[in-house]
Amino acid sequence: MAYSDKVIDHYTNPRNIGTLDKSKTNVGTGLVGAPECGDVMRLQIEVDETTGIIQDAKFKTFGCGSAIASSSLATEWLKGKSIDDALNIDNMEIVEELALPPVKIHCSVLAEDAIRSAINDYRGKNGLEPIESTKIHH
Amino acid sequence: MLKLPIYLDNNSTTQMDPRVFDAMKPYFLEIYGNAASKSHPFGWAAEEAVDYARDQVASLIGANEKEIIFTSGATESNNLAIKGVFEMYANKGNHIITLSTEHKAVLDACKHLEKLGAEVTYLSVGYDGMIDPAVIEAAIKPNTILVTVMYGNNELGVVQKITEIGAICKKHGVLFHSDATQAVGKIPVDVLADHIDLMSFTAHKMYGPKGVGALYVRRKNPRVKVTAQMDGGGHERGMRSGTLNVTGIVGFGKACEIAKADMSEESTRLSGMRDRLERELLTLEESYLNGNKEHRLPHTTNISFKYVEGEGLMMGVKDVAVSSGSACTSASLEPSYVLKSLGLDDELAHSSLRFGLGRFTTEDEIDYTINLVKEAVTKLREMSPLWEMFKEGIDLKSIQWNEH
Repeated sequence: MAYSDKVIDHYTNPRNIGTLDKSKTNVGTGLVGAPECGDVMRLQIEVDETTGIIQDAKFKTFGCGSAIASSSLATEWLKGKSIDDALNIDNMEIVEELALPPVKIHCSVLAEDAIRSAINDYRGKNGLEPIESTKIHH
Repeated sequence: MLKLPIYLDNNSTTQMDPRVFDAMKPYFLEIYGNAASKSHPFGWAAEEAVDYARDQVASLIGANEKEIIFTSGATESNNLAIKGVFEMYANKGNHIITLSTEHKAVLDACKHLEKLGAEVTYLSVGYDGMIDPAVIEAAIKPNTILVTVMYGNNELGVVQKITEIGAICKKHGVLFHSDATQAVGKIPVDVLADHIDLMSFTAHKMYGPKGVGALYVRRKNPRVKVTAQMDGGGHERGMRSGTLNVTGIVGFGKACEIAKADMSEESTRLSGMRDRLERELLTLEESYLNGNKEHRLPHTTNISFKYVEGEGLMMGVKDVAVSSGSACTSASLEPSYVLKSLGLDDELAHSSLRFGLGRFTTEDEIDYTINLVKEAVTKLREMSPLWEMFKEGIDLKSIQWNEH
C-alpha cells in the first residue's frame, strides 16, 4: 500500500513530538489505544486558563505511519483553537486531509479519541464535567 | 554503488537467477510442444525437457524422478498432499496432526477437511518455535493417517527436527508430509534420510520462476498415493491433471541444479551476513530474536524491537524491503499468528521485522540495512509513549488500556 505524500511528510517530519508536564492543572493528557493492538497515542494540550485557548500541543505515538501522521496533524490543528472548538475536530477531516485508506480510518478515530480524552482530562482537573462522546464513529 | 531499494524479503519470493532465465528462454518461443503429445517431435522435445528437469528436481532432494509430481506451486502441493491423503486413506482413519505455526495453505486445508469429517490436532510449539518430536508421538492415535510438519518456518526460519519426526511416523505407520517450501534449495533435504513420504516445495523461493512447484510422493516403503484434486487428462501419474508448464518446469529444474551445486558455499555466505546483521541489530536495547537460534535456515532472522510498531518501522526503513509480524494493515489488527503461537506478547509480535537474505544480497546492503534500522528504531522510540514509560520505569502491564 502506498502512503499519501501528507502521511509521509508528517511521518518524516513529525510536528510537536514531546511531553508536557502532566501534573500542571492547565495541561490535559489523553492516552488512548493499547500496545497489543499496535497503536498507542498520547496527546497533550496546554491551555491558557484565562482565554481557554490551546497554547501548545504535544504527542507521542506508537503505531504505523498513519497513526503517527494522524496525531501529528491533530497537534497542528489543536494549537490556537479554544478547547470548545477543539471538540469539533472530526476524524473524517483527518481522513480527508491525510488521504487515509479505509483500513487506516481507525488511526483517525484514535486521534479524535485522544483529543477528547485530553480535553476531558483538562476539564476534570479544572472541576468541569467530562464531555460525553455522543458521536458515532464512521 | 549501492542500488536502492534493497530486497531483504527473500522468504516471500526470490529474484530469478539469470542462469535459470537462460535455460527457460528456448521454451517460450521455440520449443512449445505439449509434453503429453506422444505422436510428434514437438511433444517429444517438450517431454524430454520435462524429464530432464524432473531428474534435476529429484536429485536435489534425494528422490527418484518418478516421485516428483509437478504442480503450480507449494500451495497446490500442500492442498494435494493433505486433501489427497485424507481422501485416499479414508478407510484407515481421519486424524491429522499438524502445528499451529504452519503456513495457511496447510492450516486452511486442514480446516477445510474438518468440515468433511477430519479430526485435526494443532500442536503448539515452544517459545523458540520448535516442536518436541515426543509431543507428536504422544498425539498419534490409532486413527491417525497423516502428520504434516513444516521443514523450515517462513516467518522465523526455525527448522524442525524433521528426521526424528519422520522416524516416529515411520515407526507408527503414519504418513509424514512436510511443507519444505523454505528449506529446499537452502539446506540439505533428503527425503530418504528424513523418512518423508510427501513433500511440498516450489521454484520461486529458490531463484526459479513463479507458478511452478512440486509434490514429492514416495513410491517405495511405503508406496504412497494421493487422490487427485482436479479432474482431467490424468497427467503426473494420475495425481495432477493439467498440461505441464514446460517452460516453468525447465526453470525449476535449473534452479534445483544450481541450488545443489552452490548450496554449501551459499549457505555459509548467507549465514555469515545474517549473523552479522542480527548481532548488530541485537545491540539495540530491548531488541529480541524470535525463534530458535541453532535450528534454523541460514538466510532468515526475525527480530522484535520493543516499543516500536512494525509497520511504522517498515515505513522508516522504506529503502529496505522486509516484512513485519505487525498486521496494522489488516482490518483485524491481529499480529502474526506464528509469533503469537510462540507465546509472544501481541506487543512484541507487532514490533517484529523479518529479514530474508538471498543469493544476490551483498555485504554493502547489510551495512546499509544495519544503519538504517538502527536509526529508524531510535527515531521511532523517541516518539513512542511506550518507550518513554519504559524509561521512566512504568510497568506497561499496570496500565488500564482502553482498547479499540
